[in-house]
Amino acid sequence: MGLILGKVVLVTGVARQLGGRFVRRIQRDPDVDRVIGVDAVAPEHHLGGAEFLRADIRHPAIARVLAETGVDTVIHMDINGTPLGKRGGRTSVKETNVIGTMQLLGACQKAPNVERVVIKSSTSVYGSAPRDPAVFTETTTPKSLPSGGFAKDIVEVEGYVRGFARRRPDVAVCILRFANILGPCADSPLAEYFSLPVLPTVLGYDPRLQFVHEDDALDVLRIAAAAPRRGTLNSGTFNIAGDGVLLLSQTSRRLGRPTLPLFLPTVTWAGTALRSVGITDFSPEQIRLLTHGRVVETTQMRETLGFHPKYTTAEAFAEFARSRGPGLLPPESLARTVDRLAGVLTARRTPAQ
Amino acid sequence: MADAKVIPFGEEPRARRKARRAGRGGRGTALAPVPEARTEHPPAAPPPPRPRSLDERIAGGLAFLRRRITGDYEVDDFGYDEELTDQVLMSLLRPFAEKYFRVEVKGIENIPADGGALVVANHSGTLPLDGLMLQVAVHDNHPAQRHLRLLAADLVFVLPVINELARKAGHTLACAEDAQRLLERGEIVGVMPEGFKGIGKPFADRYKLQRFGRGGFVSTALKAGVPIVPCSIVGAEEIYPMIGNAKTLARVLGLPYFPITPTFPWLGPLGAVPLPTKWTIQFGEPIPTDGYPPEAADDPMLMFNLTDQVRETIQHTLYKLLVQRRSVFF
Repeated sequence: MGLILGKVVLVTGVARQLGGRFVRRIQRDPDVDRVIGVDAVAPEHHLGGAEFLRADIRHPAIARVLAETGVDTVIHMDINGTPLGKRGGRTSVKETNVIGTMQLLGACQKAPNVERVVIKSSTSVYGSAPRDPAVFTETTTPKSLPSGGFAKDIVEVEGYVRGFARRRPDVAVCILRFANILGPCADSPLAEYFSLPVLPTVLGYDPRLQFVHEDDALDVLRIAAAAPRRGTLNSGTFNIAGDGVLLLSQTSRRLGRPTLPLFLPTVTWAGTALRSVGITDFSPEQIRLLTHGRVVETTQMRETLGFHPKYTTAEAFAEFARSRGPGLLPPESLARTVDRLAGVLTARRTPAQ
Repeated sequence: MADAKVIPFGEEPRARRKARRAGRGGRGTALAPVPEARTEHPPAAPPPPRPRSLDERIAGGLAFLRRRITGDYEVDDFGYDEELTDQVLMSLLRPFAEKYFRVEVKGIENIPADGGALVVANHSGTLPLDGLMLQVAVHDNHPAQRHLRLLAADLVFVLPVINELARKAGHTLACAEDAQRLLERGEIVGVMPEGFKGIGKPFADRYKLQRFGRGGFVSTALKAGVPIVPCSIVGAEEIYPMIGNAKTLARVLGLPYFPITPTFPWLGPLGAVPLPTKWTIQFGEPIPTDGYPPEAADDPMLMFNLTDQVRETIQHTLYKLLVQRRSVFF
């Protein structure tokens, strides 16, 4: 294996938009010799000249891929809340998340070349509950662990990753807990939610939300995939989120989409109904997020990882809102209406005085 | 603690207190803080409130409306919406503080003009109106118009609507993480360590301080190195005289207590109107915590002693204020 001069990077989940963009991005990196994209289905987008290997990470065959290609950096991005496309339900998603990670980590443990493993995790791992502190740090243990769904997958995945890190202390392991990733081509459940013409909300709750822009997500993945820069450390667990917080009411006003406040039981029932019809994936943990919200601290991201996001939460959301087009009540026209009202009122008062 | 440290204050002769009350009564509609204090902090103080013309008020209201409906305002990590609090929530609470309970604030200078501080107050009144009045009192009386960030029970954040308003008003969950984060950011944090034991105690036990939790607030203040300001609130105990507690009903509803007062629940919603008692809020001398070494926060004996000191100060001030009080309602 002494012939390998540069880096060989394996990226999972490249059939998704974010994975595809990351492969294209890292392919241009001069330090990287070879990029291998892996997914169970062929991507519809091009991978910028990177090799694509059609392999299912749920099968042990992935170990052979790792051994044959001499991969030294593994970027595991195939951890998702929703199935890709219309096929596959929650079961296959869960299998890819949990069994896929197990298989991939097992393969990494057997591959002596592997030096660095990066896991795209999510802040869902903290759950959302009213009894939790307002801001989660990386070390906060949530009061109530997620009972199911994607959040539970993430908890299990991170458990396996920690086990792997214990067994292979020579491998630098980096878990990036992303807040909701938004951007022009985001395909997350939250992006789907914000595309609804009328946003159903939970009556009497106004959750605090945080977003990361796609570009920032790619940048931080690249930082985690490379050797640490001077004065920084890129192994460990990091919360990744844009600065600041937006309330759900603010997001709906900025999007120009009216809200439809519903009682919590109604929302849960409607979510189940919509899910079974297949219109939108309104999972219970999504409802919990849109009820109680979630905010994470990003001091570690800044000071230890040395990453400073380009977009704040508000800017990331503004970019996303621009890409989705105006809603039923565009904020610009509302503002114009108020301005016109102000004009009428002052015009009427001026001659009277 | 027979020899508890009592900080003397408020020992003015009755004539002077009366004179000041008369002066306060003549203040009319102006909500201005003390003028000479404002000259001390010219950058922090807002422009002097002069009567605004109707045009200006319409313009201001429309600008506010424009920002609100387009979502163009900021909230902090805790969901605190400063603009909404100042323009709407405070305006709703202010008549209660000024006209209904006629809150008299003493010792506001004990709250620092900048930097963090932990205000520790007694808790009473069946419903946490004392916390809200304390928030208004600090904001309206402090020369730097500081905002009090209250720590609230977890029940507040479970209830719909209430949790939303509480977060927007700057309240957060009473846990060490949140308190420390706020204190390190230099905020004034208000805590009522008696919790449900204090607010839900029977009328017969009024003005008897309950146990101060586990004293976690002291170690939080110590870790953040901020002073502890003891605060005594007189008047809140009598707003809903709780003569009974329907424990079974409370358990069914998942509440810590279900109050029975002479009017509630017998008169229905009318029984939920608080009695118009006369309130006094007294801030005591700050207890510094920055002189301790960092490991002091892990010393249980020191924590107990400091907790007792704060508790005794509040209790003695309560007794003193009660002796000075002429009547519950005037």
